[in-house]
Amino acid sequence: MSGEVSKVIDQETLWEGGRSPFSVSYGKMMMWFFLISDALTFGSLLGSLGFMRHKYIDTWPISEAIFTHFPLTHAHLPLMYVAFMTFILIVSSVTMVLAVEAGHRMDRKGVTKWLFWTVIGGAIFLGSQAWEWSTFIAGPDGDITTWADNATLTQHFYGRGFTADNPIAGPVQYSQFFFFVTGFHGTHVLSGVILNFIILLNVLKGKYEGVGHYEMVEKVGLYWHFVDLVWVFVFTFYYLV
Amino acid sequence: MKRDDIIEYSLGAGHSEEEGTQIRKKIWFVTAVLSVVTAVEVLLGVFWGSMGLAWTVVKFAFIVMTVVKAGYIVMVFMHLGDERKMMKYFILLPYAAFILYLLFLLFFEANALVPTLLS
Repeated sequence: MSGEVSKVIDQETLWEGGRSPFSVSYGKMMMWFFLISDALTFGSLLGSLGFMRHKYIDTWPISEAIFTHFPLTHAHLPLMYVAFMTFILIVSSVTMVLAVEAGHRMDRKGVTKWLFWTVIGGAIFLGSQAWEWSTFIAGPDGDITTWADNATLTQHFYGRGFTADNPIAGPVQYSQFFFFVTGFHGTHVLSGVILNFIILLNVLKGKYEGVGHYEMVEKVGLYWHFVDLVWVFVFTFYYLV
Repeated sequence: MKRDDIIEYSLGAGHSEEEGTQIRKKIWFVTAVLSVVTAVEVLLGVFWGSMGLAWTVVKFAFIVMTVVKAGYIVMVFMHLGDERKMMKYFILLPYAAFILYLLFLLFFEANALVPTLLS
């Protein structure tokens, strides 16, 4: 925690200005820059979702009436599966921060363990999303092969007051935003899982032991927490509000 | 600058076992907060109709809970709370300004474009 002034740093590592802005390393700052721009993209996306939500205030479907399914059961469980997905992503964020913490103590075994569980959590989330998509595409009759009568991009059932016997036309934007928002977020999760996996391999190979610190885990961790952060907002503004 | 893998500058780039115990305690605390808030959100989402609450109240409750969760994730999990004060501001303030202005415009326009009002 010693300040930059008191620390002697060799000339090779100094920034052009002779010091580091905000006392962070180059890579960490650039990760934050990337995350800000990515957050602007997601903010605009969710903002336009809000635009449609307010424009079609009378007919916008109620998500808790649509997402009522849970794997391996026919029970009526509104929002339970998406709550499960949220919990999985939060837990994988926790294992990531534990990996970062272990990295700060140069505890290679700890980093390996927690990073492994983070990758597993991300994979479970992606699988859950695949299930969620196929259930949504299958629509009220539960048949994934008959797109014509389902909540696809062209047909738009599930209006306000929807029941399986009484499909009401809601705005087509509801399913479009479902696929776009969760798809865009899912792409981020996929790249996050790949990054975490690469870093896990590097940890196993002992690369960061050689470098002398585990900052790469921290930088990839920033990205992974960001993915979790976005899901917190998607969960609220797509499924709840 | 020739190498970007040297982190002499990063604050809190390493810590001892005792500090680690403290940090882990904090992590588990935040985990509990995030889980409880999510559970409350889901229960409210399912039962708000039968609880006789007004939608506006429920909606703002959701937004407040979301911001609380986001705050914990950014400040503790992403360690932004441990960075320099200026770094915190230069990340959060421009972003907040842009997004809040965008949301203001979008909602303002959306309310003017409700189909039943136009016809």
